[in-house]
Amino acid sequence: MNYNLNHLKELEAESIYVIREVAAEFQNPAILFSGGKDSILLTHLARKAFFPAKIPFPLVHIDTGHNFYETIEYRDQLVADLGARLIVGSVQQAIDEGRSVEEKGFNASRNALQTVTLLETIEANKIDAAMGGARRDEEKARAKERFFSHRDEFGQWDPKNQRPELWNIFNARKGMGEHFRVFPISNWTELDVWQYIHMEGIPLPNLYFSHNRNVFMRDGVWYAETDFMPRRESEPVINKVVRFRTIGDATCTGATLSGAASMEEIIQEVAASRVTERGGRSDDKRSETAMEDRKKAGYF
Amino acid sequence: MEIEEEVIFDSVQYMNMELMRFTTAGSVDDGKSTLIGRLLYDSKSIYEDQYEAIKKTSEQKGEEYVNLALLTDGLRAEREQGITIDVAYRYFSTPRRKFIIADTPGHIQYTRNMVTGASSANLALILVDARHGVVEQTRRHAIIASLLQIPHVVICINKMDLVDYSKEVFETIEKDFRQFATKLDVKDVRFIPISALLGDNVVDRSKNMPWYEGPTLLYLLETVHIASDLNHIDCRFPVQYVIRPQSTEHHDYRGYAGRIVGGVFKKGDKVLALPSGFTSKIKSIDTYDGPLNEAYAPMSVTITLEDEIDISRGDMIVRENNVPISGQDLEVMVCWLTDKPLQLGGKYAIKHTTRNARCIIKDVKYKLNINTLHRNEDDRTIGLNDIARISIRTTAPLFYDSYRRNRNTGSLIIIDEATNVTVGAAMII
Repeated sequence: MNYNLNHLKELEAESIYVIREVAAEFQNPAILFSGGKDSILLTHLARKAFFPAKIPFPLVHIDTGHNFYETIEYRDQLVADLGARLIVGSVQQAIDEGRSVEEKGFNASRNALQTVTLLETIEANKIDAAMGGARRDEEKARAKERFFSHRDEFGQWDPKNQRPELWNIFNARKGMGEHFRVFPISNWTELDVWQYIHMEGIPLPNLYFSHNRNVFMRDGVWYAETDFMPRRESEPVINKVVRFRTIGDATCTGATLSGAASMEEIIQEVAASRVTERGGRSDDKRSETAMEDRKKAGYF
Repeated sequence: MEIEEEVIFDSVQYMNMELMRFTTAGSVDDGKSTLIGRLLYDSKSIYEDQYEAIKKTSEQKGEEYVNLALLTDGLRAEREQGITIDVAYRYFSTPRRKFIIADTPGHIQYTRNMVTGASSANLALILVDARHGVVEQTRRHAIIASLLQIPHVVICINKMDLVDYSKEVFETIEKDFRQFATKLDVKDVRFIPISALLGDNVVDRSKNMPWYEGPTLLYLLETVHIASDLNHIDCRFPVQYVIRPQSTEHHDYRGYAGRIVGGVFKKGDKVLALPSGFTSKIKSIDTYDGPLNEAYAPMSVTITLEDEIDISRGDMIVRENNVPISGQDLEVMVCWLTDKPLQLGGKYAIKHTTRNARCIIKDVKYKLNINTLHRNEDDRTIGLNDIARISIRTTAPLFYDSYRRNRNTGSLIIIDEATNVTVGAAMII
């Protein structure tokens, strides 16, 4: 008898174990749901972890107000299917109420403001474990992230002083006002995520599949034409066949020129790709250690 | 996006890949980062933008060749100081396997990080500089691999290009290591002569060492037999979470969710619940994808029983005729992970499988010299990076096996109750 799991099944088992550990060890956990494929995968795994019961915690969406409408549509449908509770933290509201100040200029992004709203939402809802769909293969600062990542009372990450994580034993103890970020899909790669989504038949927002869209080029990256992204005169709008490889805020997510319209085609494209998926993310391009700096401050 | 080369990706094959975790150890000078960079680069796991970024940095620093080591330096302080601070995880795959590398630094806090990286590894890759042979650090790494019961150890004798690819040098180092390894508890040791910088015997067979007839490093990583690394004999199911849907459809459903850490559970098996000692039969093994007839480590499943017995998180479901040890007095080897020394008589929190409890440190038997394996019974001050044999008493019984028998039911972590920091990693003797 061959008692062997393939690597996707082993990753699935590991993630489910981590999600259940969170549900058991914390009072008030939540999933940070962005509408991207990684958080969709995470939510799917959570559904598996508690079957036949419902997911015993809410989904939290930090809404920059600059989302693709497809993301919001997908989110609302998913929440309805799961019978889950949705908490929305609104960056727009934080700006309107004067708690956040918007960046100005052509490259203005609400990326940094997300951190403020995220921390406010965590605090307001007394969330003690916020699960995210971050993976260690995404970015070099994330390669050192733990499954259970401790955050101090200011929501900060201290990369040089992380708790050692041994075997599969997760230390969930914390002081008053502190919380954890937990990353159940830490060990998945981009290709693993796509292959698994395909294997499981998980529906995705249409943004991931090739479609016609008005786009313009800035700093070598194609961006979708939207109301909330001002353009320079030198940045004409062109209609192209594109798809998105990651989905975040529309102002910082670049489109890929691609005719990949099916899961099979996307997997072939990802497998053949010579550029990392975050290569199209302007938020990472601000400096060599942009991700590390944002993470220390409390970013996802 | 422009696709430069047509890669034919085989989805079916991808579904049949195994997952292998290995840890690397070696100091900066042993070329460990270069070796990892080489594995990632030669297996085409590095993307163009990553490669361009390190090429640019190498050029700015005036380095002669593209410094593949830069791929593994993640944090700002590491880039500035050219050192590795913490365990970093790297991923690559070949058509046969997906690999997770726990990349641990060789210098500061070496033991703490080595132990962390080693705890979940199937294989330890230890680098030896061919010019220096087996040194203190080699012995230390091997001892940790042995203590942590990593099933396979590969000694990469690196920088063979700097010793004229000499067979004699390789054989002397192998002999030295084997002699030392007789004191260790390592079952499977292999030796490979390589040059990480030039790529000899890493992915491609070296033309410079025709005398070496063994596999290349990558081939070995792809083929070493890991399916038996998990215990498929002793049935152990620590209960993580009790699932009670409380819906009309599943009104009386009560499922015990958890991850199997040993053995094979089958529908209809007679089982015993610990600590209650009540017996029952497995009614079903449930998953979202449908019920299973049998399940084994490391699967995450939900077990329901024929009888209603009281089981909660931290309990363990086992087979009636094969039970773990239950007890409150444990002898463990501990690796201390923090600056503040272990307090003899001190009380700590512990976590073992899914069970939280407290313990008191009853005795320090000896401190292990991890360069020589010498047991020092006079020095009982256990500080950062020290390894010692201690006795503990727990507030509640634990259900455990020796670490040698099962790495999951034989391990526990020790937590400082004031700071909540994980301060000790313990392996039950």
